[in-house]
Amino acid sequence: MDIVERIYRTESRRVLATLIRQVGDFDVAEEAMHEAFVAAVEQWPVEGVPDNPRAWLVSTGRFKAIDVLRRRSKYDVSLEDVVEHVESIADASAGEDREGVEDDRLRLIFTCCHPALAPEAQVALTLREVCGLTTEEIARAFVVPAPTVAQRIVRAKSKIREARIPYEVPGRGELAARVDSVLRVIYLVFNEGYLASSGESLTRRDLSAEAIRLGRLLVELLPEPDVLGLLALMLLHESRRAARTSPDGELVLLTDQDRSLWDRAQIADAVKLVEAALATRRFGPYAIQAAIAAVHAEASSAGATDWAEIVALYDVLLGFGANPVIELNRAVALAMKDGAGKGLEEIDAILARGDLAEYHLAHAARGDMHRRLGNVREAAAAYRTALELTRQASERRFLEKRLAELQQISS
Amino acid sequence: MRYLCLIYLDERQFGTVAEAEVNALNARHLELNEQLLKSGHFVEAEALGPASETSCVRLRDGKVTLTDGPYMETKEVVAGFYLIEARDLNEAINIAARLPSAPLGVVEVRPCRDLIVDGVSRKASSKSL
Repeated sequence: MDIVERIYRTESRRVLATLIRQVGDFDVAEEAMHEAFVAAVEQWPVEGVPDNPRAWLVSTGRFKAIDVLRRRSKYDVSLEDVVEHVESIADASAGEDREGVEDDRLRLIFTCCHPALAPEAQVALTLREVCGLTTEEIARAFVVPAPTVAQRIVRAKSKIREARIPYEVPGRGELAARVDSVLRVIYLVFNEGYLASSGESLTRRDLSAEAIRLGRLLVELLPEPDVLGLLALMLLHESRRAARTSPDGELVLLTDQDRSLWDRAQIADAVKLVEAALATRRFGPYAIQAAIAAVHAEASSAGATDWAEIVALYDVLLGFGANPVIELNRAVALAMKDGAGKGLEEIDAILARGDLAEYHLAHAARGDMHRRLGNVREAAAAYRTALELTRQASERRFLEKRLAELQQISS
Repeated sequence: MRYLCLIYLDERQFGTVAEAEVNALNARHLELNEQLLKSGHFVEAEALGPASETSCVRLRDGKVTLTDGPYMETKEVVAGFYLIEARDLNEAINIAARLPSAPLGVVEVRPCRDLIVDGVSRKASSKSL
């Protein structure tokens, strides 16, 4: 019966989000939803598909939840009150408008990303409950054993229950901080799929696609400037996926990428989002990072890039809070604008503060500056330091290649 | 995915449980079996006889040797099993937590794997849903 399967795919997350609100428990809601779909498989072929399948599933699920709770309360009297509470919920599902249902999806996202939960639990819970991934799929994507992920999810749900974390969209005062927490989870999922070197490339790519899907959902539900900004940022990274590794899997730097491989449709989408975010004048760090990525995306070559604009955007970004990695990126952009000497001065100043002494990319960038200035010995020393500090295979190969090139120059 | 839920109980402790309680527990297991059958999670379940009636079979150099069981000398022994069908490990864990004997012992949840023969993946179980 593939109509039920199709509706499961498109509606199950919405049905679950509403049932969790009505029933007040993740696990009971999941069991009830499962039973509602079993009922659909039995009844729809005979009675026909209801006009509003989602409303049917929610209302059936609610009755199933009452059954589930009644069965449990037979052996656990403390649940009797809960049964009464769920029974008292009027069958509002038929009258509920789209907005109410969409609010439930937001409630689910905010609850899964609640700051009281450990970051890895937020990620696992969001991917399972909001995106519908299985525990095993999440485990494969993050290259951890399935029981580890299962435990994170079980613990997170107990925490939500015990700490009585409310199932709600935070109010105005709290909203900005809570949105940040959601955006951080989405960006983490994206980066896991985009940057990490371990694991099978296919599943990793799926994680990035999932993060973009989440980003689009959030834009639809809560079009705040930084929500637009994060989606734009992810799309801009994703647009360069085909160009960022060579056919043999080696890392290709932004300046060396074949720009004809960039996905123009994704870039066009992202640029619109960035413009909308910036126009609000209430943008935050994600919108600015997206704006920087957009400047790169719109340039025909590294040389033709508006580096002055990029340096200026980094200055705005640093206004949201000091961050040595952003300072390092700014220094690299400054080198493109005013020459490698300027960039080197800045990088040396950052390293002198000791902030990025253990960060391999700082030393790799320092090596680049020296190489461009023709200081072969200093460049080689910096690349070697960088090599000592990274274990990531593709990064190591890249640094080794640079070192070999330097040796050719000096011999 | 299929999961095997192995129920471990301390036989000595379980032996002291009053008959009426054992009776109630068994009735609850049968009730759950009905529910799991309806929800599509049930593949098979059995309650096992006492561990003292275990035979361990070994075949070495073409000869069968038998020893008394159980294979693992632990306080808690396998008392029964459920073979279930679940969407993922967390759903399987939720079902394991619903087993009436879960509060009395430990339920081990293990994913089943297919048997691969000549590159073709086949279910070891004859029960296909």
